[in-house]
Amino acid sequence: MAQEFFIQGNEACAKGAITAGCRFFAGYPITPSTEVAETLARELPKVGGSFVQMEDEIASAGAIIGGSWGGTKSMTATSGPGISLMQENIGYAFISETPMVIVDVQRGSPSTAQPTMTAQGDMMQARWGSHGDYEPIALAPSSVQEFFDFTIKAFNLAEEFRCPVFVMADEVVGHMREKITVEDDIEIVPRKRPEKSDKYLPFKNVENGTNPMPSFGDGFNIHVTGLTHDERGYPDTNNPETHDKLVQRICDKILNNRDKICSVQSENCEDADIIILSYGSPVRSVVEAVNRARDEGKKVGYIKLDTPWPFPEEQVVQLSSNASDVIVVEMNLGQMYYEVDRVLKRSANVHLMGKIGGAMPTPDEILDQINRIGGN
Amino acid sequence: MRTEIRICGFGGQGVILAGIILGKAASLFDEKEAVQTQSYGPEARGGASKCEVVISDSKVDYPKVQSPDILVAMSNEALIKYIVDLKDNGTLIVDPGTTDVEDVREFIDEHNIKVHEAPATKTATDEIGLKIVANIVMVGAITKITKVISKDAAIKAIEDSVPKGTEEKNIKAFEAGFNLVE
Amino acid sequence: MSEQKENRFLPYLREDRLPHIFCPGCGNGAIINAFLAAMEKAEMDFDNIAMVSGIGCSSRIPGYLNCDSLHTTHGRALSFATGLKVANKDLDVVVFTGDGDAASIGGNHLIHAARRNINLTVICINNNIYGMTGGQISPTSPKGSFGTTAPYGNRDAPFKLAELVAAAGASYSARWTTVQIENLVLSIKEGLKNPGFSFIEVATQCPTYFGRKNKLKTPTAMAAVMKANTVFKSAAERMRAKELEGKIVVGEFANSQRDEFTEGIEKISVEKSGKKTIINSAFESKL
Repeated sequence: MAQEFFIQGNEACAKGAITAGCRFFAGYPITPSTEVAETLARELPKVGGSFVQMEDEIASAGAIIGGSWGGTKSMTATSGPGISLMQENIGYAFISETPMVIVDVQRGSPSTAQPTMTAQGDMMQARWGSHGDYEPIALAPSSVQEFFDFTIKAFNLAEEFRCPVFVMADEVVGHMREKITVEDDIEIVPRKRPEKSDKYLPFKNVENGTNPMPSFGDGFNIHVTGLTHDERGYPDTNNPETHDKLVQRICDKILNNRDKICSVQSENCEDADIIILSYGSPVRSVVEAVNRARDEGKKVGYIKLDTPWPFPEEQVVQLSSNASDVIVVEMNLGQMYYEVDRVLKRSANVHLMGKIGGAMPTPDEILDQINRIGGN
Repeated sequence: MRTEIRICGFGGQGVILAGIILGKAASLFDEKEAVQTQSYGPEARGGASKCEVVISDSKVDYPKVQSPDILVAMSNEALIKYIVDLKDNGTLIVDPGTTDVEDVREFIDEHNIKVHEAPATKTATDEIGLKIVANIVMVGAITKITKVISKDAAIKAIEDSVPKGTEEKNIKAFEAGFNLVE
Repeated sequence: MSEQKENRFLPYLREDRLPHIFCPGCGNGAIINAFLAAMEKAEMDFDNIAMVSGIGCSSRIPGYLNCDSLHTTHGRALSFATGLKVANKDLDVVVFTGDGDAASIGGNHLIHAARRNINLTVICINNNIYGMTGGQISPTSPKGSFGTTAPYGNRDAPFKLAELVAAAGASYSARWTTVQIENLVLSIKEGLKNPGFSFIEVATQCPTYFGRKNKLKTPTAMAAVMKANTVFKSAAERMRAKELEGKIVVGEFANSQRDEFTEGIEKISVEKSGKKTIINSAFESKL
């Protein structure tokens, strides 16, 4: 029977992780994500899982990569300053194709800035934070239910595509309490173990890009390295072709599966002159503003990005095809805005409504913006 | 209908738990929608504490309280600080043991505020013998005065929220609060 | 290297990765042999060993050994190893690291791993220099030694790693040099058998960079100096600080058991769930 809980977003995230099969969490205390760690410190031992408070976020990211190769679904949770520290090991996870989940409950930034206030300033760090070329997957929840659901989805995508997946929450979604419903039949994607054979290559240039993955101790004696490696995993750092094939494959396995990964929610876009595009907690204000604008007879719709990364280009272009104006509402001074502007190629006027300071945009503020632009 | 509730007091009075109980009662046991939020300050103890709940018959989109329909004040500092946001014709519930409504009389009169006094701290101390259940006494008073949640739902939510073994004392505190006001 | 074809440890190597990248006269070969000899003496199951390393010459060693190996980021090997060991405490996890990797960029991870007394065996190959990047001074370079980033001589005092790790709480810590292979083998064996954090520092020669920069042109010259400068811990305890300047003190700095980290995690799991920590759960669709 489905169960209902009235819990905090960060607790729902922890609950989602355990539901998804996460049995290892390594992290470092940081506001406003700490309740994820605290909940898992309490709950993981009850299901045979392990919790470790590491010495810093660099170590936390390293530990969950080790945990993942040890055969355990692994996660960490942090906020902006921690995400900054984790970037090098996140890059390692991409090149070594390590499934894991990184939860970022975003707060005011840059630097230590506003620990208890909401923001969405880390969106480009999820995209480009580590050096080099890679294609990340990131999900942005707007409610406590979605923080639960998206954490599970993140684990499933991490296993399906053998890569790190970000859950880009924010302080509002992390700290507020709402009802969540936990269904009985939640789909969980288990890791695919390779067949025992001499021919297994852990980093093979396969058509769909993703290889099965053994755990350490399974008897495959594999070598995993952050250096450019051949299909066996052996370093081959000076061969341009090896590097090109490897990096191209780890990018393509995401890009070629955008139809499977990308997700948006939308309403009233078909006839809309103005479309509001948003993600994370501001979507809640957007929905209310759009409903009120419609009540006033204005042709306004919205697009909510469930997956900011990979950017759902096709969906955004298609849903905006009849709009003259698109307003991007986000809690930074312009991050996803540039993506929207890039893909719409001036087919619509793209406006930024970027709000920083720590208070989420209100429906009134969004309505003001709609009225300023027109929307009759 | 959307009802915005703000409960405020000192840190340590349990205003957060009071808000969680309201939200839980509404969303799990009354078939309504609810969102609870709170302010996080850097201080670990003391200082002002504020908890907000939005309860609605339909989905709650914007989750924060902007101008509360109901303000519950358990400290005078909080009363003075937050009274200004209260809606015209709104409801103010105060603990007379910890607040002085005369300090905000002007606002009450100008904005036609309905004032209810619920001596939660005194009741908790005198009737239950436990000052720390003042917040639950207040939940009883809020339930009776505002009817924003049902009595049944409130009791279920309290049972689901308080530490194991303390349910009986807390229900008693709730009943005391419920019977405290008209 | 002429006796390589008779090397009895060849079955443990990834032959398809040879030849290796180490310079002639490097101590890494002798240390690999010492490790494999110790592993046999300790009657370890090689198939159950997983290796983790960071960045640097010594961190390339696991890549040549035919076991599961995780070659990680610079300085972070112990964090990865901690996660791996926690995820599967049945694995025998061995970490190869160097002085720059373990003591400079990875210094914080080193003391915390020691503090936790997590059951890892760490072989820290200390050549007093950054070899892979071409001869820069490291946190263990002797005062007055030369490197490309210390053209006028190193002015900083070096870390004493084995002592540092012992002070941080490791249940086993020792230091030997590549001229005392027998002691080294016994020490690695002790470390492998110790159910806690084991740290074996091996002072070694880097003729290519440390040697050339410090007028010790041949591996033999380096070995001779190392031998001459070696003082046993028991003797060192009777010497004054001034006398010990520039000396390499060898011996055991910690050897006493205490509670181990992953055992502690398992204990909580047994208390709270009635079962041991779960292994290889990523492959399960229902838990």
